[in-house]
Amino acid sequence: MPEAIPSTEAYLMLSGTLFAVGLIGVIIRRNMITVLMAIELMMNAVNINLVAFSHRFASLEGQVFTIFVITVAAGEAAVGLAIIIQLYRLKSSINVDEASELNG
Amino acid sequence: MAANYSVLLVAALIVLSLPVLTLFVLAPLVRASRPNKVKLEPYECGVPASSFAFDHRFSVRYFLIAVLFIIFDVETVFLFPWAIRFKQLGWFGAVEMAVFLAILLVGYFYAWKRKVLTWV
Amino acid sequence: MTWNDVVFLLPEIIISIGASLLLLAPVVGWRQRETSAKWSMLILLGITALTVIGCSYWVQEIPQSRSLAGMFALDGFAIFFKLIFITAIAMITLLSDDFLRESRYSVWEYYSLLGFALCGMMFMVSGMSLISIYIGLELMSLSSYILAGFFKNEEKSTEAAMKYFVLGAVSSGILLYGISLIYGVCGSLNLLDIGRALSTIITNDALMFGVMLLGAGLCFKMAAVPFHVWTPDVYEGAPTPITAFLSTASKAAAFSIFARIFYLALHDFQLDWSNVLATISALSMVLGNLAAITQDNVKRMLAYSSIAHAGYALLGIISLNSLGLRGVLIYSLVYVFANLGIWATVLMLRRHEYGGERVDDFEGLSRRAPFWAFAMVIFLLSLGGIPPTAGFIGKYFLFAAAIQAGFGWLAILAVLMSAVSMFYYLRLVVAMYLREGREADVAITRPLQIVAATCLIITLLLGIYPTPLINQATESSRWIGARAAIIPHAGR
Repeated sequence: MPEAIPSTEAYLMLSGTLFAVGLIGVIIRRNMITVLMAIELMMNAVNINLVAFSHRFASLEGQVFTIFVITVAAGEAAVGLAIIIQLYRLKSSINVDEASELNG
Repeated sequence: MAANYSVLLVAALIVLSLPVLTLFVLAPLVRASRPNKVKLEPYECGVPASSFAFDHRFSVRYFLIAVLFIIFDVETVFLFPWAIRFKQLGWFGAVEMAVFLAILLVGYFYAWKRKVLTWV
Repeated sequence: MTWNDVVFLLPEIIISIGASLLLLAPVVGWRQRETSAKWSMLILLGITALTVIGCSYWVQEIPQSRSLAGMFALDGFAIFFKLIFITAIAMITLLSDDFLRESRYSVWEYYSLLGFALCGMMFMVSGMSLISIYIGLELMSLSSYILAGFFKNEEKSTEAAMKYFVLGAVSSGILLYGISLIYGVCGSLNLLDIGRALSTIITNDALMFGVMLLGAGLCFKMAAVPFHVWTPDVYEGAPTPITAFLSTASKAAAFSIFARIFYLALHDFQLDWSNVLATISALSMVLGNLAAITQDNVKRMLAYSSIAHAGYALLGIISLNSLGLRGVLIYSLVYVFANLGIWATVLMLRRHEYGGERVDDFEGLSRRAPFWAFAMVIFLLSLGGIPPTAGFIGKYFLFAAAIQAGFGWLAILAVLMSAVSMFYYLRLVVAMYLREGREADVAITRPLQIVAATCLIITLLLGIYPTPLINQATESSRWIGARAAIIPHAGR
């Protein structure tokens, strides 16, 4: 393995941090668009993991999965954006806290 | 076994504390905080902002186009691996890709006929 | 992929082509033909069901019935669940009929999305690789998010969709992160390869963390307790037929995939994991049943009840023996049909927009519609697990499996909690039979009658004469049981 490529552990630390940033973002942010971005961060953390492991095992399976994760994440973003638009049309707000019609 | 779990917990705490530390403790300490009126304005390609982002509504059309763009833009990612192995995959691969594109076209046709693509 | 794989995937191919056609029908000028939408959907489901049955005969001749490079299996387990899903979706189509006719929303897109969700569930339950399982799961989830918000001009529905989407997407992310860690430890995404790798390597932190995250993601999909917060809100806000879909087909799909992953891939990991899952199961049963008692909204009550039922189904997964695996199969079927019957009865009471949603709406149903009130009692008894109904058979298998696996305390707790659950089920019975206040408003239509009657027949027949179901479950679980090398007695 060439010297320039970081070890798998380095990638794991990066993806772990990215995932935690995403998860914390979902929890603390109240703006739906920001929540959507945080969810994308979580997905991308997974992609880093998969590609790093795929490189380590020299197997393509992880990279194939990455392609699927990317496309599914795009589909999820599209559905999420559509729901946000509809919520905005009804409530004129995309704040998570203002969606409180259902008590729970 | 118990030792294993505690290591796991420590690792989880470290990973969770990293963004908290950097975002809320380290960053405010390190960064210079000298806000002025111009800095707090939203960035619009270097020219003075004409208005604040939430002062006026964007046409919902922009979002619809964005949604469609995300889908059709990203789905092309499947074309790249197929194109590289085009010869080896042969006719079966070509048929499969045609089916895939046909599925995308169903969505495109639906969006077109529901007049999502026309700017009203 | 070869031409041979096409045959394996035939049911999924048919349903996805059909769903695409349903999507295109309104834009080529069929929007107003709402009755044809229902019939097209039912015919499509019929063809798919026949194809699945045809495939099941074909598969018997080929023992190694795996395709797509081992990513897709057409074993008895998958076929059993596929038939449950198709039947459930057909019943939900019937339930939706009047409901949609009164609304202003497009029927064709609704059925198309149901079709895509069904395709996702069918693909997922056949998944032999975490890739195919994830794709199926997402197809089902994305369709469900849209369906939950299908009544897009109602704030409740849109809000339910938003909550479901945010929590669902986060749980997908958590599930994926777990999958990536498992891939990192085992070097493969194939369930059988993961199972083989786990039997040789020593449990380490990354694996532990990966399995926990995967389990958390799956628990969210089946609404087990620490991950259940979305359930009552989404069930209340979604259109009632979609609530029926989420609480039956979608939930059975989550049971099936949980069982497949844990029996095939993680059976050697079970020892470290079973206490965590047992806690989740116990919490689900206790919290679900206790919270259901205080609910006045029937949809919320059934949501909490479904959380409790996720706890019962987990018993079959924790126990990891052949009784448990069969229990999951039997219980899923029994649960789906008892629940669909209840939703059919709830929809009968829907005279205005939100009728049938409060417990009070059931007052006097026994005088207005004595037969359907009686059917409702049978469905409730089945959910509670009282003997002459099919629910008893399902619970019997799950509880026996738990005892056999050495989880006696959990089985005792489950029995106790079943008794508690009868308390709030009986609230509905009391409202129907003993309250003299007023007469329930009912709109009993033919489709609702068909669904309720079919569910009643299934629930009673399988309760009185369960042998064919038990034999079928034994037959269907054979392939997975052999792979999982299930040890028949306790001591694992």
